[in-house]
Amino acid sequence: MNFVMIFKVAILAILRNKTRALLTCLGIIVGIAAVIAVLAIGKGASTMMLNEISTMGNNLVMVFPDSNRRGQVRSGMGSGQTMTADDAEAIKRELGHLVRYVSPAVNVSSQLVYQNKNWSCRVSGVSCDMPEIRNWQIGEGRFFTEDEERSYARVCVIGTTVQNNLFDGEDPVGRTLRIGAMPFKIIGVLRSKGANGWGQDQDDTVMAPYTTVGRVLTRSKFRSINMMNLSLHDMSDLDEAKREVTALLRQRHKLPDYQDDDFETRDTTEIMSTMGSVSSLMTVLLTAVAAISLLVGGIGIMNIMLVSVTERIREIGLRMAIGATPFMILSQFIIEAVVLSTVGGALGVGLGVVVANVIGEVNHWPIVIEFSSALYSFLFSAFVGMFFGFYPAYRASKLNPIDCLRYE
Amino acid sequence: MAHLIEFRDLKKIYAQGEEPVHALDGVSLDIDEGEFVAIMGASGSGKSTLLNILGCLDTPTSGSYRLDGMEVARRTRKELALIRNRKLGFVFQNFNLLPRTSAIEQVELPDLYMGRLSRRERRRRALELLKRVGLGGRGTHTPAQLSGGQQQRVAIARALMNAPPVLFADEPTGNLDTKASVEIMKLFTELSNEGITIVMVTHEDDIAAYAKRHLVMKDGRLVRDDRRESAPGKGAAG
Repeated sequence: MNFVMIFKVAILAILRNKTRALLTCLGIIVGIAAVIAVLAIGKGASTMMLNEISTMGNNLVMVFPDSNRRGQVRSGMGSGQTMTADDAEAIKRELGHLVRYVSPAVNVSSQLVYQNKNWSCRVSGVSCDMPEIRNWQIGEGRFFTEDEERSYARVCVIGTTVQNNLFDGEDPVGRTLRIGAMPFKIIGVLRSKGANGWGQDQDDTVMAPYTTVGRVLTRSKFRSINMMNLSLHDMSDLDEAKREVTALLRQRHKLPDYQDDDFETRDTTEIMSTMGSVSSLMTVLLTAVAAISLLVGGIGIMNIMLVSVTERIREIGLRMAIGATPFMILSQFIIEAVVLSTVGGALGVGLGVVVANVIGEVNHWPIVIEFSSALYSFLFSAFVGMFFGFYPAYRASKLNPIDCLRYE
Repeated sequence: MAHLIEFRDLKKIYAQGEEPVHALDGVSLDIDEGEFVAIMGASGSGKSTLLNILGCLDTPTSGSYRLDGMEVARRTRKELALIRNRKLGFVFQNFNLLPRTSAIEQVELPDLYMGRLSRRERRRRALELLKRVGLGGRGTHTPAQLSGGQQQRVAIARALMNAPPVLFADEPTGNLDTKASVEIMKLFTELSNEGITIVMVTHEDDIAAYAKRHLVMKDGRLVRDDRRESAPGKGAAG
């Protein structure tokens, strides 16, 4: 049997009635377009959520010293003085294969004064790698360098909230800000991040080298720090990194085996996994919508093909009379259904892209169209054609040529 | 010499309701190559059943049917389809052309199922056949653009596409006016003179008059078998 010929016969049959062909496609066009648009919007939304999460930091692990103990009275997290800047430097030196960036944080709440204005906020002593670790962008000026860090430079970078409260439209870069009693030169302004997931204003901050803050603001003898931010090369190393950091800190703190850690590590995997389950729930929902759209489209194809078989019963009889075998009739009708549904699928992908972009434009939603989702929808539409085309085609192939020829 | 068509005691029984209906009740019949046969009879006489079985559209309940030296009485639907494709050509009362399809594509269709010719050869042969039936310049016309007589000519060209040994015609002039009927019958006569075997069912005497042999059916039996040696009566067509 010549399959190319059957294919040709099917194509000719489709082209003979273009209106019917379009109507048959319509269900699939709308179905696939709905799938593409919904997936594009859904994907856009989840990308937006991930971006939001990533403002927290890249592959972030935080290390806090245990709370301060004086007899039975315990202070809060990070109040202990057991962790020092030396610990941070040791991690950077010895665990560089796991940890990409290290920034200790020495936090102090301080009064800021510029000319006749003043403001109070948290001043963080951090390392020059802080922008990389916590995804801070520099809006104006620059962040401080490693040299400035080492040389205890009195420089600082301010957040936009601080800028708005102290500088009335004036460019703060290059001005001198008094932090507590000490003058610091402002070398940059951080780009606004907005509030974090807990409603805390992330822009209400001042950052300066931890060395400088430790020496001139907290005046800690032991170079103690409030916490460390570590950024890993790869989140898949998380468990190993936590183990190594723990081992190194225990060794440095000379903790005997029977004693608990005097520090605690935390990471963002918990948040990530919550977001992951939200996004997989969303995927299930979207997939259900997609499946229903395609099911409806497929049933549309089956309906029109069934009607078409009845409508074309004389044609089927004639084809059988002049030598089409039942299998050829079956093939012809299945090919017709598959061609219609794949053409419908292709048109639907196009329409879906347009619709998604229009919706995104109107509502200012991010739109992410993945090639794979377009490809899968297209392939699935071919499958739908085959699946829903089979029954009408089977009916056609079982017809008796005599009855078909006599059909009025 | 073997006959082109050999019927031996063919029976077709429809088990409808309580009384089985004997549509064919033991028909034996030979048709030789080149014959022009008309099958006649009142409606319900079994002539349509006979033509369906002759045309391999239906299978007999019992008996033997040899076509071109091959037993075809008990074949599957697929085998019958292939036999029809290669050995038989059909012309119907209502033409049975595909709607919105050009004449040339109609004529090419049987070879699409056979797949014997190349694309160019197929087109060439189809054009040749259209010229043969007198529609040389109308290859691109669709049925809607053709008269009844012209549509039937397209159907005849289509029936001849795979060069079958036998041409079956079921009331070929039933839907045509007198003038078109005469033209179609003239065409059949020419084809018959070229050696093509034609078996035609008709209930009109003046149409049957073109045939050289008349078979008359009654109650599922062959009741008359006349051979006429004279040339088809020109007067009969009126």
